[in-house]
Amino acid sequence: MISDLFLIPFLTGLGLAVLLPLLGCYLRLRDEWLAALAYSHVAAAGALLALVGGLPPALGGIAAAGLAGTGKRLFAARLAGGAAYALLLLGGWAVSVLMAANQPMAERLGHALFDGQLYFSGSDQLWLVALGVPAALLVLRGLSAHLLLAHTYPDFFRIRGLRAWPTQIGFDLLAALALAVATMSLGVMGAFALVFIPPWLAFRRAGNWRSGLLWSLAIGITAYLGAFALALWLDQPFGPILAILLVALGLIVA
Amino acid sequence: MLRADAVVAGWDKPATSPVDFSLQAGEIVGLTGPNGVGKSTLLAAFAGRARVFSGHLDLRPGLRLALQTQEVPPVDGLPLSGRELLALTDASPDGLPPWLAERLDIRLDRLSGGQRHYLALWAVLHAPADLVLLDEPTNNLDAAGVRHLTAHLHERAREGCGIVVVSHDAAFVAAACDRCVVLEARDDQ
Repeated sequence: MISDLFLIPFLTGLGLAVLLPLLGCYLRLRDEWLAALAYSHVAAAGALLALVGGLPPALGGIAAAGLAGTGKRLFAARLAGGAAYALLLLGGWAVSVLMAANQPMAERLGHALFDGQLYFSGSDQLWLVALGVPAALLVLRGLSAHLLLAHTYPDFFRIRGLRAWPTQIGFDLLAALALAVATMSLGVMGAFALVFIPPWLAFRRAGNWRSGLLWSLAIGITAYLGAFALALWLDQPFGPILAILLVALGLIVA
Repeated sequence: MLRADAVVAGWDKPATSPVDFSLQAGEIVGLTGPNGVGKSTLLAAFAGRARVFSGHLDLRPGLRLALQTQEVPPVDGLPLSGRELLALTDASPDGLPPWLAERLDIRLDRLSGGQRHYLALWAVLHAPADLVLLDEPTNNLDAAGVRHLTAHLHERAREGCGIVVVSHDAAFVAAACDRCVVLEARDDQ
């Protein structure tokens, strides 16, 4: 009974623990790790707005993050140097806090989104992850060579007639949607921890890109399994336990 | 494959004097001249990056270009090996000098500046291309590297590839290029 109760949250989180560290490698490649925090905050704000408006919170979160991911590209020239992510992060945080402060319904969900209450995940979130993660991994695999080439040889990429916008918008949208889904289950900081710390550690040790991806994946899954068991055993919110585990791992390795 | 008639190139404003230039398949042509005459800008114009303000630039339709700029690929902190870098541009590692071939599986940010530069250059030089544009390829190379590069430019040209080389290294240009075009400063410079 208990195992059935926790199976859905466990599998939901496991799917995200596979996707986020790999996504984080490409965000780190592009020096866009702040995007993870930005999209998570925007997704939280979108979820709270949807809840107050009588719509499914997950739909609101995904729509808001998707809009931010694609819309960001329109202002890329004016908001260079990570400014777009800083503005999205601050805007998302401000809306979330104001919604939680003024709407009792939003306050409860707001706490869940920022605390990272994985154990409340339902079958709808598991379905989203079960369908979304394999699709996201396939898209990421398809974009990988172009993302690497555009980073190392931007001029070569352009003069070979390769269009930059499908890669850029495709990746932005993928990151935004993945972070939105992850925020609904792992919480804002839990999702950020899985995007930031495994690639950060993996990039220090790995000898090549492929092993960097594998190291990142292994660190992310190991930390997730440890955090899931520890949070359950200590009866604590999942997000902070995952973050503490990854921070401790980061400090030990660093 | 490439013909320029009285081309004046630049970014925001004209930066070169009018240049006549032509390149056939299998030919290596050097572009030299004092600093600031617009050698790199002209190369960028050939690649379609810089603007042609006047004159006529004609490239054979369907030409596959490869461009090496003076900017080093930003690989610090990235676990990217030399072999993976070459794979990105579809460049073959065959023909690399032994002192580099044996380091192909080491990540790029753990190689010396010269080794990293030569691998980055090789990735462009040996990418599938009809026209290769190289901007100061001998920067950071020691004498052995320059000799190896010279030999491989000739080999690449024998395969039918046209090559334009911007360089301030007169000895390298003399050894590597079939002929040389000297750019002159604009009247207003």
